[in-house]
Amino acid sequence: MSDTFFSGAPHWTWFIIPYFFVGGLAGGAYFLAAALDWFGRPEDRPVVRTGYDVAAVGAILSGLLLTIDLGRPLRFWHMLFQSENFPALMFKGWSPISFGAWAILLFGLFSVLSALGARAEEGRLQLPALRAVGGVVKGGVAKVVAGVGGLLGLFIAGYTGILLSVTNRPIWADSPWLGALFLASGASTGAATLILLSPGRGATERSLGWLSWFDARALVVELLVLILFLASLGPVNRVWVGFWGLVLLVGVIGFGILAPLRMHAKPAQAARLVLLGGFLLRIATLLASEGIDRYRVVAGS
Amino acid sequence: MPEPMGFFTDTTVCIGCKACEVACKEWNQLPAENGGIGELSGDSYDNTRKLDGIHWRHVRFIEQFKGPYDGRWLMMSDVCKHCVQAGCLEVCPTGAIIRTEFDTVVIQSDVCNGCRACIAACPFGVIDVNPVSGTAQKCTLCYDRLKVGLEPACSKACPTDSIQFGSIVELRTRAHKRVDQLKAQGVKAELYGADPDGALGGLNSFYLLVDEPEVYGLPRKPVLPSRNLGKSASFSLASAAVLGVLALVGLRKRRMDDMGGPGGGPN
Repeated sequence: MSDTFFSGAPHWTWFIIPYFFVGGLAGGAYFLAAALDWFGRPEDRPVVRTGYDVAAVGAILSGLLLTIDLGRPLRFWHMLFQSENFPALMFKGWSPISFGAWAILLFGLFSVLSALGARAEEGRLQLPALRAVGGVVKGGVAKVVAGVGGLLGLFIAGYTGILLSVTNRPIWADSPWLGALFLASGASTGAATLILLSPGRGATERSLGWLSWFDARALVVELLVLILFLASLGPVNRVWVGFWGLVLLVGVIGFGILAPLRMHAKPAQAARLVLLGGFLLRIATLLASEGIDRYRVVAGS
Repeated sequence: MPEPMGFFTDTTVCIGCKACEVACKEWNQLPAENGGIGELSGDSYDNTRKLDGIHWRHVRFIEQFKGPYDGRWLMMSDVCKHCVQAGCLEVCPTGAIIRTEFDTVVIQSDVCNGCRACIAACPFGVIDVNPVSGTAQKCTLCYDRLKVGLEPACSKACPTDSIQFGSIVELRTRAHKRVDQLKAQGVKAELYGADPDGALGGLNSFYLLVDEPEVYGLPRKPVLPSRNLGKSASFSLASAAVLGVLALVGLRKRRMDDMGGPGGGPN
């Protein structure tokens, strides 16, 4: 038996699961939008603008979910500043939850700046203050913001998996592949979100074609990493014998990866399945471990 | 500067009276579970079941019976191990978890915001949320009592001295003597967590066991959560690099298509 089976479950469930999903797809969407911002064409702007919007809304939602999940939500700022020594900063470079809190804050800042810049570009900002901020984020400034934010997006998509690995819990700490897996899933679900939302903002077929092309390859990467993840678990894989194993096999691999890979002709349907698979991946990996109770394991029941 | 203090728990003399549990609950004013409505576990004489935010001591009952007259009871009063290298302290993002001048590990309830990272980080399953405070809580090794020269409530209440409190150096000497004594009697006795060069730099609450650690619900080789950080970050970085390259390759193929180059790319 892995020593991880003697630890306690942290109750990271119905606020953390959607956070991992939303944070992942927001990070992935920002990364793709930034890639198009830097290396795309003017016709890709609708996708870029959608990506920044998705990232900004996702980042704000992520912050809310994380805060609500705390046992003492009003103390959320204790992760950023030393509560007894304000305004000294609170930061531990070796603790994913600590550097993750800062990363979420910065990602939120960059994604909102990019979204405001994109809205200013469209002339959709009414409030003078927002228009002033949005007006600054253009040209070279917008590019720099997008570059840093895109990297932060990838970081947000992947660090949640690293956070799980840097514990002593079954499954999570038994493999070093969760960060890579969540990152690939964040990229695929980010692309899927853009495939679904950007046509409403005027995305061209060529932009959507690139997104579908990328999404299919991100799914292949995700599948390969998922195989490596399962292989690295070794004897711990027995935890998948049961409901969560079924969810992983049928929901994540079947509906979330293999089915969309075969649906080239229907990108919208494929994208919906990718989103479903991404959500089920977070549910299965979190709840399969959460369900392993130290007391029951020790008692052998 | 006070010297490192802790517990040595000799499980061979524990009689399962739970005086330690009661003393701990009483001194630390910990609330009852489920509003005080009793819920029996149905497992041996153990209704406490596990350590958590409102149970900082737990007497574990292990029944090893092959038949009605062939077997034995193992009892162990479990508690926070106050690890010299503590996983909870390592991950805590608020700085709520500190190491005291007694080399013990304490969660400051007024700083903790209930993120629960420490629960998943502890290799022993010691910490959980106290539903009344909404924060993570565990044994403080009676930091408040230590500050005024008193010994912790649990060891003070223990009627058989199964839980012994003192300086770690002295406790280790005493523990080794006890192991020698038991071995001379033919008892298979081992210390768990007493080795300063062993797992987690040694445990400031260590045990004398007469069976494998797993039997007592203890991991064989407890480790720090950060052991996975480097590898996990490297694999994630590699994954990010692959996805980044894929995105750029896709854009390049599209451009080549526009220039009438070889097909096959996104259109």
